[in-house]
Amino acid sequence: MLTSIKTNEFAGSESKKLAMMYFRVAIILFGAQLLMGLIAAIQFLAPGFLFEVFDFNVARMVHINALVVWMLYAMIGSVYYLLPDEAGVETVGVGLGKLAFWVLTAAVTVVVLVYIFIQVGPGKESTIWLINEGREYIEAPRWADIGIVVVVLIFYWNVFATYMKGKQTGILTVLVADLLALAGLYLAGMFFTDNISMDQYWWWWVIHLWVEATWEVFVGSLAAYGLIKIIGAKREIVEMWLWIEVLMLFGSGILGLGHHYFWIGTPEYWWEIGALFSALEPVPLVAMFVHVLYDWGKEQGKAKAEGKEGAVMNNGPAMAWIVTNAFGNFLGAGIWGFFHTLPQVNIYTHGTQFTAAHGHLAFFGAYATILIGMMYLGVQGAYGIEKLRATFKSKMAIFLITFGVIGMTIALTIAGYEQVLVERAELGGGWSAFFTAQNLPWYVQAQMWRTIMGVVTFVGFVYLVWDLLTIGKQAKQGAKAA
Amino acid sequence: MANENASVWTSIRFWRRSAAWVTGFAVILLIWLTFDTLGQISMGTDADLQKAVAEKKENKRVPAPTVINYHIDYKMDTRRGHEVPVIGAKEPFFGKEWSPKEAAALLHLGKLTSQAKNCMNCHTLLGNGAYYAPDLTKAWIDPAWQKGGPMQAMTGKNTVEEAMAEFLQHPSQYPTHARMMPNLGITAEEAKGLVAFLKHMSSIDTNGFPRNFSKTVDQFKTGGTNAH
Repeated sequence: MLTSIKTNEFAGSESKKLAMMYFRVAIILFGAQLLMGLIAAIQFLAPGFLFEVFDFNVARMVHINALVVWMLYAMIGSVYYLLPDEAGVETVGVGLGKLAFWVLTAAVTVVVLVYIFIQVGPGKESTIWLINEGREYIEAPRWADIGIVVVVLIFYWNVFATYMKGKQTGILTVLVADLLALAGLYLAGMFFTDNISMDQYWWWWVIHLWVEATWEVFVGSLAAYGLIKIIGAKREIVEMWLWIEVLMLFGSGILGLGHHYFWIGTPEYWWEIGALFSALEPVPLVAMFVHVLYDWGKEQGKAKAEGKEGAVMNNGPAMAWIVTNAFGNFLGAGIWGFFHTLPQVNIYTHGTQFTAAHGHLAFFGAYATILIGMMYLGVQGAYGIEKLRATFKSKMAIFLITFGVIGMTIALTIAGYEQVLVERAELGGGWSAFFTAQNLPWYVQAQMWRTIMGVVTFVGFVYLVWDLLTIGKQAKQGAKAA
Repeated sequence: MANENASVWTSIRFWRRSAAWVTGFAVILLIWLTFDTLGQISMGTDADLQKAVAEKKENKRVPAPTVINYHIDYKMDTRRGHEVPVIGAKEPFFGKEWSPKEAAALLHLGKLTSQAKNCMNCHTLLGNGAYYAPDLTKAWIDPAWQKGGPMQAMTGKNTVEEAMAEFLQHPSQYPTHARMMPNLGITAEEAKGLVAFLKHMSSIDTNGFPRNFSKTVDQFKTGGTNAH
């Protein structure tokens, strides 16, 4: 992937080159996310580790920020990649897009360095403007927020102008509408208030309406593009499904926001609204899963009927990741979310490792998977490979990462279960109840397994990077030899 | 698919329109509910608070900053079926009564400090944040910090607010568990602000979260072991 910038055969698409630039930074930040996660996991077991040097709050902040930012990078990259294909014209303003890329990357670098070396500041406005805003997931200081808005506006302009100039496919129509909502929502997280309930009310507009609404629709669009590109699925069917998915995702996800409003000072009616709509959130995820597998089977069957031999897909690793996405989205976001979405359950599970278990499997299953799939599509395009087959490294990467994340999720679920029963139900959730539960041998064991599974995930990540760096060249040489 | 004579169920146009209508409806409903909720969770005034205390009525869901001048409890409400904050008689906070202006300034400093020190990436606030350290929603009324509780005893102070402020300034001097709070350079003023922020948060009506918290308090009062 690194060399692809020199060797790419994108048939003159600067937009796709820009996509690869975004993918490269994304994968670096993915690595940073995993390393920070490992530090935080170790601190659960050995609290003295890096104490007062690199504390849990710093490791955890970089862990979740790197997650959000690498996903945004990979999402922007994915859009720049598919835009010329879908619109049928080169992206408008790629030069400006490249400038925005460098501005964003410089800003992200400064923010991360400040997080790591300055960490916290005095209780003044200047701290939230310059160091960090102290609000989970959107900790970026205000100056960076403004920078992000500018960069996103440039990106959005490029997408919109290209859409207007080229073919207006269903996939692009959904993307153009979805990205506008996604970008606009960020503004809801950019103000300060003394009222913590008000603070969290708007904070959830960003977090929830991103990950449980606009990001999901985004993934639906990527899967639609991927299916057409990889297995040659029929556009009409794929786009019809996409609209059904939009209907169900927004129909459940927008008001599903209510499940974050059970306990933050907001009125009781959110119990019913949040419970009803968030309980429906898994439905579109089942639909997406069925759709991907159905289309795959259908295209494979059609090819067989036409007397064609072998697999119908032209990118093995990308397809494997997209199928993992279909399943992981349903399992991580759908099932694990549903576990604790009803207020009757959530009053005990809210703020325990249960949430962490759901968070790990959902972010991985719903987003990491398909974005990695897009990177494999990028590599295929960069080297102009007709049929990209999975290597041993591709298989190790997908197996170890998936196994590791599922392992972490199970371990955290067990830890959460322990916390719910002992800390919350039995002891009432006070200060000492918290520590009693944290010190239970079963809880500690679960944290140990989480760390081991974190290491497994990291080894898988090493295979993934290694594969992305070599698979293109290898396939190219294989094709030449043949 | 695009054939109008085929079933409506396979018509892209039908699904596109349905998606737009459903999304539009959900957005409008959310905006409407948001207006209602914002009215209910806006911070009350000192006059609201005085009236509610005098008439023993329910407070605004998020009371005025001057709530720091009152005793705050968290008790089972049989009508609502869960615990609710109960604002009682006046009590001094750091040895004095705070005017509305002073209380607001102190809460502002506290909320700002809670963000500047990144509290949320170890603790949970209203149940949201990280899960490395205890939830702070009702920390103010936690038995560990009350008279006779281990946290207050350790700091050698006589009131909850002084004990908390002392701990916040020198957390690693008071090792409570293997997992400790790091020294974040919190000043005496910032610590006061943080305690005001915590006391104010404990007065917010959270629909009974955390559940059973008052059980811990009751057990502690009757000599139970939960606080140790």
